[in-house]
Amino acid sequence: MKRLLPNLLRLAALIILVAFLVQPALFEPLLKPLVQANAPAIYNQGSLLSLTLSHLTTVFIATFAATVVAVGLAILVTRPIGAEFLPLSRSLVNIGQTFPPVAVLALAVPVVGFGEKPTLIALFLYGLLPIFENAMTGLSTLPPAIVEAARGTGMTAWQRLTKVELPLALPIILAGIRLSVTISLATATIGSTVAAKTLGEVIIAGLQSNNLAFVLQGGLVVAVLAVLIYDAFSAMERMVSRRAGRV
Amino acid sequence: MRFRIDKLGVVIAALLAYGAFLAPFANFRANRIVPGEPRAILDALPAGLGTALLIFIAIALVFVVLKTPTLLRLLLGLAALSVLAILIGLSASHLTPPENTYARVSPASGFWLTSFAFALLTADALARLRLSPFARVTLLAAAAAAVAALLMSGAWDGLSILKEYGSRAETFWLEAGRHVLLALGSLVAATLVGLPLGILCHRVETLRAGVLNVLNIIQTIPSIALFGLLIAPLGWIALNVPGAAAIGIRGIGVAPAFVALFLYSLLPVVANTVVGLAGVPRDANDAARGIGMTDRQRLFGVELPLAFPVILTGIRIVLVQNIGLATIAALIGGGGFGVFVFQGIGQTAMDLVLLGAVPTVALAFAAATVLDAATELSNSKPSRAA
Repeated sequence: MKRLLPNLLRLAALIILVAFLVQPALFEPLLKPLVQANAPAIYNQGSLLSLTLSHLTTVFIATFAATVVAVGLAILVTRPIGAEFLPLSRSLVNIGQTFPPVAVLALAVPVVGFGEKPTLIALFLYGLLPIFENAMTGLSTLPPAIVEAARGTGMTAWQRLTKVELPLALPIILAGIRLSVTISLATATIGSTVAAKTLGEVIIAGLQSNNLAFVLQGGLVVAVLAVLIYDAFSAMERMVSRRAGRV
Repeated sequence: MRFRIDKLGVVIAALLAYGAFLAPFANFRANRIVPGEPRAILDALPAGLGTALLIFIAIALVFVVLKTPTLLRLLLGLAALSVLAILIGLSASHLTPPENTYARVSPASGFWLTSFAFALLTADALARLRLSPFARVTLLAAAAAAVAALLMSGAWDGLSILKEYGSRAETFWLEAGRHVLLALGSLVAATLVGLPLGILCHRVETLRAGVLNVLNIIQTIPSIALFGLLIAPLGWIALNVPGAAAIGIRGIGVAPAFVALFLYSLLPVVANTVVGLAGVPRDANDAARGIGMTDRQRLFGVELPLAFPVILTGIRIVLVQNIGLATIAALIGGGGFGVFVFQGIGQTAMDLVLLGAVPTVALAFAAATVLDAATELSNSKPSRAA
């Protein structure tokens, strides 16, 4: 019962978000007071829905690639064969997080040009760190008794990894992906300063034409998306950790 | 005697081999706008020096692949980085025709890759040596001093990033001051507000979830939107509150950037204060109560000192995050290094982007190193504080 109210609120937020993206004109009266007499209150230089979809696609591709690479690397450095890389990987994660996203984005431009690509690269690189850090923590802090037991039952290294270690580390890895997605959703807006098609376009158009309604709608859509996705991941983590017995 | 292979060394050697022998060392452009012509090490450096560098790297290749003492690897890494830093400056003066002020020379992929490979070697050696916090800060200070010396000596003056700096030295320091002011000022404000708020949240349980949820949601608003959204309320305050405009509150500029950074900073400070206070052992609190300490004495004498390392971790997160986010302030006229980044993106002048990005990264890196060292120090002697 205690979960009911928050869930109703989330559902309401989702419905309002979808309604706004499909029929933004319905919300015009709400945003009208924020703009000067003749300025448009609803973003009119492109469809909000398609911008949102390409925003989500960009974040999804970058996060997916980051997950594959980060989890793969974390598996490698927690095996005996890759143990030599462990100290360096820890300090690289630390150093990497001091790079501001804008700098990564700006530095990617000379290499790959304007558009979606620098954004994808920045989101990918920036998304790697939380996932890698969490996967490394998850895989290296497993209860030794369980790992021993798995070895004792005669499981091969591969079976131990896929049947015991990864499932047990999954909640922590998911927490890393959640962090990475939330950061990416917000950072992707900055991608529009290098001509990527994301919701940042709406915000920047608002900043340039002094149109507060644009800034507000772009910002709110991203924020609501981030909150909903964050909550979905949290729910998934609770489910997975209940199954893994790591509550 | 049998030689053993260092696996990480193989990766570093591969980067070095590609960077030194196949990739261009420097980029030459006849003026600021035209595309560059890549130059390999042998063309980019005066005769003899180029060959010497290639021989040096070839020897380093063998040295890193084999298992060698960590301290020697650290020294090699540091020496190689210094050599590369000096040579790229020489390459600039070598490639620029005499009396030519339009030509631009910038480091190319080969330079970056070899530097990255040697930086990896250095970082790995440092991680394995587990230096004390003092040693790490000293090393950072030495590196900063070396860079400052190179800048002062004029060895890098031929590089295009410094030519960009040369034509706007005054603005550079102005924006640098603004950047630091934004990042540090909002941190101080957030600590002054966040610490009491965190203590309150710890004491009053009903408040905790609500406050943390609100702060969490603020974090999800993209920074450029939050900057933009604050323009209107602050503009209104400037117009309607007497005296507000006089102390610098305006719709655009530093004020909204400062407030946005402050809002983003609150969550890590408050959350870490709550976590730190919650982690204080019950025994410590009971003992303090037992000897008749008042609530206030307990807070300042027991709880805060014990929670200090966790709170400091929160402050580190905030400072590094703020140094990065302050670049975005430039989009709403708040100044900072972002001014150069966005101007550079607008003019497709990458040297200008670097002029903004490099100091930002360096600042964030230095802040992280210093605060990490401080956290480690405060962690290692909590017993005395208690």
